[in-house]
Amino acid sequence: MSATAGLGTGQAPQAAAPPRQDPVGDAEPQYLKDKWKMLPEFLKCRGLLRNQLASFNYFLDVDIKKIVEANNRVVCEADPTFFLKYTNIYIGKPSVEEELIVSEITPQQCRLRDMTYSAPIIVDVEYTRGKQIVIRKGVPIGRMPIMLRSAYCVLSNKSPEQLARLGECPMDPGGYFVVRGVEKVILIQEQLSKNRIIIEHDPKGGIGASVTSSTHERKTRTNLITKHGKIYLRHNTLSEDVGVVVVLKALGIESDQEIVQMVGSEPMYIIGLSASMEECSKLAIRTQAQALDFIGSKIRMIRRGFSRTRADEAREFLSSVILSHVPVYMFNFRTKSFYLSLMVRRVIHAMTDPSAVDDKDYYGNKRLELSGQLLSLLFEDLFKRFNAELSRIADATLNKSNRAQPFDILKSIRQDIMSNGLAHAISSGNWTLKRFKMERAGVTQVLAAVVHGLPGYDDPHHEPVREDPQGVRAPVLQSCGLVKNLALLTHVTTDEDPAPIARLCFNLGVEDLLLLSGDEFNRHCVVFLNGQILGIHRNPRHFVYAFRALRRAGRVGEFVSIFLNEQQRTVTIAADGGRVCRPLIIVAGRRTRLRPAHMQELLDGLRTFEDCLREGLVEYVDVNEENNCEVALQDADITSRTTHCEIEPLSILGCVAGLIPYPHHNQSPRNTYQCAMGKQAMGTIASNQQRRIDTILYLLVYPERPLVKTRTLDLVHFENVPAGINATVAVMSYSGYDIEDAVILNKASLDRGFMRCIVARKAQASVRSYPNQSSDIICSPPEEPPPDPNKPAPAEPRTQRYHALDDDGICAPNEIINPGDIYVNKWSPKNTNDPLAAATDLAPGANMLAAATIPSEVPTAISEPTDHSLTRFFFNRCCPELGDKFSSRHGQKGVCGLIVSQEDMPFTDQGICPDMIMNPHGYPSRMTVGKLLELMGGKAGLMEGRVHDGTAFAGDPVGELSAALIAKGFSYNGKDMLTSGITGEPLSAYIYTGPIYYQKLKHMVLDKMHARSRGPRAVLTRQPTEGRSRDGGLRLGEMERDCLIGYGAAMLLNERLMVSSDQFSICVCGKCGLIGYKGWCPYCRSGEEISTIKIPYACKLLFQELESMNVVPRIRLDSY
Amino acid sequence: MEKKLPAHLEEQRRFVHVGEEFPSDATTLSGADTFQTLGVTQHWDLKEFQEHFKFEILRLTPDEIQFDLIGIDPAIANAFRRILIAEIPTVAIETVYVENNTSVVQDEVLANRLGLIPILVNPALLQDRKPGDAPTDQDTIVFKLNVKCTRRPGIPEDSANEEKFVNSSVYSGQLQWIPFGDQQARFGECPPRPVHHDILIAKMRPPQAMELQCFAIRGIGKDHAKFSPVATASYRLMPRVRLAKPVEGPAAESLKEACPLGVFDIEDGHAFVKNERNCSMCRECIRSVWRDRLGAEESAKLKDAVSLGRIKDHFIFTVESSGILSPETLFKQALEILMAKLERIEGDLLQL
Repeated sequence: MSATAGLGTGQAPQAAAPPRQDPVGDAEPQYLKDKWKMLPEFLKCRGLLRNQLASFNYFLDVDIKKIVEANNRVVCEADPTFFLKYTNIYIGKPSVEEELIVSEITPQQCRLRDMTYSAPIIVDVEYTRGKQIVIRKGVPIGRMPIMLRSAYCVLSNKSPEQLARLGECPMDPGGYFVVRGVEKVILIQEQLSKNRIIIEHDPKGGIGASVTSSTHERKTRTNLITKHGKIYLRHNTLSEDVGVVVVLKALGIESDQEIVQMVGSEPMYIIGLSASMEECSKLAIRTQAQALDFIGSKIRMIRRGFSRTRADEAREFLSSVILSHVPVYMFNFRTKSFYLSLMVRRVIHAMTDPSAVDDKDYYGNKRLELSGQLLSLLFEDLFKRFNAELSRIADATLNKSNRAQPFDILKSIRQDIMSNGLAHAISSGNWTLKRFKMERAGVTQVLAAVVHGLPGYDDPHHEPVREDPQGVRAPVLQSCGLVKNLALLTHVTTDEDPAPIARLCFNLGVEDLLLLSGDEFNRHCVVFLNGQILGIHRNPRHFVYAFRALRRAGRVGEFVSIFLNEQQRTVTIAADGGRVCRPLIIVAGRRTRLRPAHMQELLDGLRTFEDCLREGLVEYVDVNEENNCEVALQDADITSRTTHCEIEPLSILGCVAGLIPYPHHNQSPRNTYQCAMGKQAMGTIASNQQRRIDTILYLLVYPERPLVKTRTLDLVHFENVPAGINATVAVMSYSGYDIEDAVILNKASLDRGFMRCIVARKAQASVRSYPNQSSDIICSPPEEPPPDPNKPAPAEPRTQRYHALDDDGICAPNEIINPGDIYVNKWSPKNTNDPLAAATDLAPGANMLAAATIPSEVPTAISEPTDHSLTRFFFNRCCPELGDKFSSRHGQKGVCGLIVSQEDMPFTDQGICPDMIMNPHGYPSRMTVGKLLELMGGKAGLMEGRVHDGTAFAGDPVGELSAALIAKGFSYNGKDMLTSGITGEPLSAYIYTGPIYYQKLKHMVLDKMHARSRGPRAVLTRQPTEGRSRDGGLRLGEMERDCLIGYGAAMLLNERLMVSSDQFSICVCGKCGLIGYKGWCPYCRSGEEISTIKIPYACKLLFQELESMNVVPRIRLDSY
Repeated sequence: MEKKLPAHLEEQRRFVHVGEEFPSDATTLSGADTFQTLGVTQHWDLKEFQEHFKFEILRLTPDEIQFDLIGIDPAIANAFRRILIAEIPTVAIETVYVENNTSVVQDEVLANRLGLIPILVNPALLQDRKPGDAPTDQDTIVFKLNVKCTRRPGIPEDSANEEKFVNSSVYSGQLQWIPFGDQQARFGECPPRPVHHDILIAKMRPPQAMELQCFAIRGIGKDHAKFSPVATASYRLMPRVRLAKPVEGPAAESLKEACPLGVFDIEDGHAFVKNERNCSMCRECIRSVWRDRLGAEESAKLKDAVSLGRIKDHFIFTVESSGILSPETLFKQALEILMAKLERIEGDLLQL
C-alpha cells in the first residue's frame, strides 16, 4: 500500500512473537470461506446506525457529565457566599408534561401529535439558600431530544413484538430525532482534524502550516506563513506577522544554536532558517524579555481593568492563544517551543519537497462530527447560557436588600432555555454557537420517507465543495456540496481518555519531552498522542509493534490507532473521536488469524464479533494506520508482507449502493445515479406506514422482493420493506414512443395492479385561542338556502364545496374530495385583541389539484391544551400514466411513453407478454452490463424457483445463469423468439426478455402537468403569475425569444411578449412625450396631440417609477 | 399453382429460418402476387384451403385447450388470439360500494382486487350496461361481502393465526350473491359465484371488518384486463428440426445431450429427430460454443448439421381459460366474433 507497508507487524518483531495456538491445529493452509457472513455478525453487535447511536449515547453517558463538571459552579458578584454547584447530571425517561401531569411517551405519539420526543435533563445540586446550604436531587433543567433507538429511548432493547405494540416498525434502525412531529436526522459533518499540523499552500502560493487548536475552553487557529523565504507567525490578535525566531526566543529558547538544534541541524533546515534568524538579529532581539516585549507591542487588545506590561501580555498570549491545545504549566513553554519548532521544520521541509504538503482531502486528516458531538457543542453553549442567566438572576435578586424570605435560586430555573434551544436547533438545522462564533445552517435534514430510513441508513453528510487551486472559497450556498455515504463497515470513533494511553507509552519507552534537548528531539522519532507531542522513541518500529500487540490483547481501546510515518519520523497515536475506521482480519504468519473454526463458531452463535475483537482475530484500523498495512483482498492473495485481510469486498459500498445487483459490471457513474435515485423510489415505508401521518407519503400497492438480490439487502431488511416490482421486460424497440429512454407499458399489467401507488397527503388546520379570550371555532356546514323562485335553479347546490363536511364541520372519513372543496369549516375572529367583533371564513387547503382524494380515519391531534390541531390524511390512488417515471436499479430512468393493450404486445412461445418494453439504445452508451446480468439472473431464478445473488464483487457468475437457462429450454444468452402481437408473425430478431426489478419514482405526471390559457396575474406588473402552484403562465424565455427574432416572426413576438402578457393602453402627449390620461395631457394642459398607444404594463410602470425619481422618460411618437 | 417455386424460395415461403444470430424469413409470403414475377401466383382457393386446413385438439382440460391450427395465415391466427384476449365478454365486478372497511387494504386497492376475481356467470344472460345508466336486473349482478374478524375464544396465543382468529383471511368464496328482480329465476340453476373460492382478498385482524356491495357488469378485455376470459391465449409456430447431414458416433451423443428438451435421439449410432414438437427454439443445437469443445474433427461433423426452422402456417395454439367459460366455448365464441366482424365489413363493403 505504501512505502512503509509491512511495518505493522514488522518481520523482525514478528519472528519473536510466539506462534498463536490454533483452535483446530490444521497444518494445511485452509482458506476462509464465506467471510461475508461476518457482516451480519458485525451488524448484530453494532447495528446499521451504530455511529449515530454510539455517538449520541456517548454524549449522554460521558460528555454531558464532563461538560457539567467543567462548568459546575454558578456564583454571583453580589453575594460572595452564594453558590450553586451541580453534583450530578442525568437524563430521565422520555416523557411529556401536560397540564402538570407527567406521562411517558413513545416516538409514535410524538409523530402523530407534533410533539418533541424528549426526556428531562435532571441535575443534583448543592446551593445556598440564605445561610443554609441545601442539597437537592432530581431538579429538571430542560429537555433533551432523544435519538430513537439510543440507550435512552424507550425503544432500546425491545423485541419486534414490543416495538409493534409501541406502534414502531421493527426494521426502522432509528438514529433520528422526532422534533415537533418531524423526523430529523443530524447529518454527519466532515471537518479537518483539530490539533494537527497541516502543511498547506497559502493563497499566494507560499508554504504555510496551520494548527486549529481546540479545547473545551478555547478554539484558536495558529498559522505559520512564509514570506520572502522567512517564516512568520500570523494570528488574528497580532497586528503584524512576527518572525518565528522571535517567537521561539519569547518561548525561552534564547540561543540561536538551540533554535537550530530544535528545528533541525541538517543543512537544509539551517539554510531555511537563516533568513528568519537574520531578521531577528536585525531587530536586535536576543533575550526572552526583548522578544516578549516585541510581541507584546504587536498585540491588538482592548485592555481592561488593571494594566499589565507588554511582556505579561505577550506571555499570556503565548500560553493561552498560540497553540492553545498544548498545555503550559507555570509558563513553562518547553513543550510549546518543541511544537512550534516542529512546525517550522515541516514548513522548511515542504519548501524543498512539495510532496510534504498535506492533502486536505485525505481522510486521515478529517474528522467526522456526529450527532453526539454536535449536540454536545450545542448543549455546552446552552448550559453556559443557562448558568449565566441564573447568575444574572442571582445578582439582580441578591442586590436588593430587605428580602422577605431567603432567595431560592431553584425557583428561577427556566427550563425553556435548554429545551427550546435544543429543539429549535434540531428542527431548523441552524447550529449557532455564540461562544465559538460558529454558525452553521443545514445541519439537520428531514428523514425522507420515500424509502424509509435509506438516507438515515447512510448517514449522509454534506461536504463543502473543495477549494479551488487559487484558494478562493466556493461561494457558500445552501445545499451546495456532496452527499457522501459511509461504507457498510465503517465505524466512527468516539473520544477516549488519553491519560492511560500516555502512561502506557511512557512504559513502552517513550522519553518525556521535557527531559530532551533539541538535538535528541530531532534525531529520534517523535511520538504524538491526539496531536500533542508526548516525547520521542528510539526504536519506533518496536514501539509500534508492541503497542499494537497490546491493543490486540485488549489492553488499549480497540479504536486507538497507531501509525508510523517514516518520512516524517513520527508515530501518531490517535484516540480522539470522529476518525473513520473499519474492521480487518489480522494476518499473521501468512494466514488469517480468523480460522474456519472461528467462523463456524460465529455462525453457530457460540462467538460474537466482539469476541473476535477481544481475541485479536479482527481489529479496527483507521485511515492513517491503513498506511502501515498491507491488506489482502482474499486469503489467496496473502504474501509474507501482508498484515491484514479484508472481511468482504462488498463492504466498500454503503447501503444504498449495496442494493444494486452486479454493480461491478456497471459503468461507475450509473451506480452513482442509482444511489441518488434509489431514494426517490416508492415502496413500503415501514411496517407502521398505515399509522403514520407524513406530509406526503408515496406507497406502492404491490411491492415485491427483487428476484436478484444482494447480501446488503438482507442487512437492511429490504425484502421486508421493498420498493419496486419485478417487471418482465422485453428489450426491443416498439412504435417509436420509446425513444430517449421512454418505456412502453402493458395496459393489462396496469389493470392488474402493476406499479400502482397511493399518495397520501396531510392537511392540517389549527384552532387557536387568542389573547382576548376569543378563539377560532369550527362550525357545521351551512345549510342549502331555499331555492329562489325568481332565479333558475343552480346546476349544483350552492353548498357543494361543503359536501365533504360532517355535522361537526370537519370532513368525514371516506369522503371524496374535489378541487376547491373545504375540509374544515373554521371561523376565526377578525379582531384578536378586542372581544370578538366579526368572524371570517377560513377554510384551508381549497387548492387541492388532485381529483379524488379520500381522507381516512385518523385521530385528531392535540398538541397543546389551548391550541388544537386538526389533522386529516388524504389518499390519492395513482395508476401509472403516460409520463410517469420508472427506473431500474442501474441508474437507468425513463418515463412511460405509451401504454399498449396486451393483445398488441409481443409474446413469447410460452404466451408471456412483457410488462414493459425498453429500448435497446439505453444500453450501449450507458454500459450497464449489470442490468443485463440482472435480467439473466432473474430469468434463471424464475425458472428454477430461487433467488439469484448479484452481490458486488461476488454474485452468481453468468455461466451459471446461462447453464440454468439452457437446462430449462431457453437460449443461453437470454434472448427468445417473440411473435408480434400486431401482425402475428415472428419478429425477425431474438429479443432479450426477462424480469428486471423496476422502481417507480415519485415524480408523477399528475403532480406536474400544467397548462393555462387565461389566469391570474401579478398585482404589480400585471404579467401572468409564475409557477404551477399559482396557475402561472408558460414563459417564453430569452432563448425562445431569440429564436423568434432570428426567424423574423415579429408579429408573433409582439403577441407573445405583449398582447398575451401585459398589454396596456396609455395616452401619450405628442408634444411633451409624457403620459397623460383620458385624452388629456396634464403637463401641456391640452388634449390636442394625445395619441393612444399600447405598451406593456411593465413598461408604463417603469416610466412612472422613473418619474417618481425625478427622471423624465419621454415617448417620441412618429406616425406610420 | 401451375409453376413450382424454386426450392430455396419454397423453403423461404414455408418456413421461418432460425439462425444462430437472428431468425430470418419471418414474414408471410402467402400473398397472391408475391411471386408473380416468377410466374407463380397463389390465389386463395377454397378447395385447396379445405384440403390443407387442419384443426386438431392436442389436449383438452377444463381450464386449457391446446390445438394445432394448420394451413392458415398468421393474420387469422392472430385475430383469434386477439379476440380471445380482448373481445369476448365476461362478467366482473365493476363498482364497489364500501359501507365499511377497516382492514389495512385501502378501498381502491380492495376494489381493484375484487374486480380481478373471475365471476362464474354466463355472460350471455346479461346485457351490456351503458355508462351512466342505472343498474337493472338485466345488466348487473350484485354481490355482498360482509366479513368481520374476531378472536376465537379459548385458543392459546401462540397458535396459528387461522386458528386464533375467525376470518383472518378473506377469500373470494365469501362473496355472496344477492339476486334481485327476476335474477333468481334466470340464474337459479347456476347461481353466480366466483370461479375460485380460495382467492385471497385481504387479511384482517380483530376487530377489523369489511362490508361491501359489489356490482358486477359485463365487459370486454379491451376495456379492462379483468374482463379478459383467458389467463392467456397464445400460439407458437410448429418447430421444424432437420438433420442436414448424418450425425453419428460421439457427435450424435453430444448432440443428444446438448438439447435440454430431448428433441434428438440415437438409433443405430445415428442421431435422428425424435420429438420435433418439443423444441423450444433455444438454439443450443446450433450454437457453436459447446461444439468447439468437442475438438476440431467432431465439431466439423456437427457444423451445419442441424437446420432449425418453424413452419409458418402451423400454429400450436394454447388457450388457458380463467374458468368462466370452457376453453372450447371460448374458441367457438372467438370464431363467432370474427365472423360477425367479417359480416359487418362485408355489409360495409356492399354499401360502397
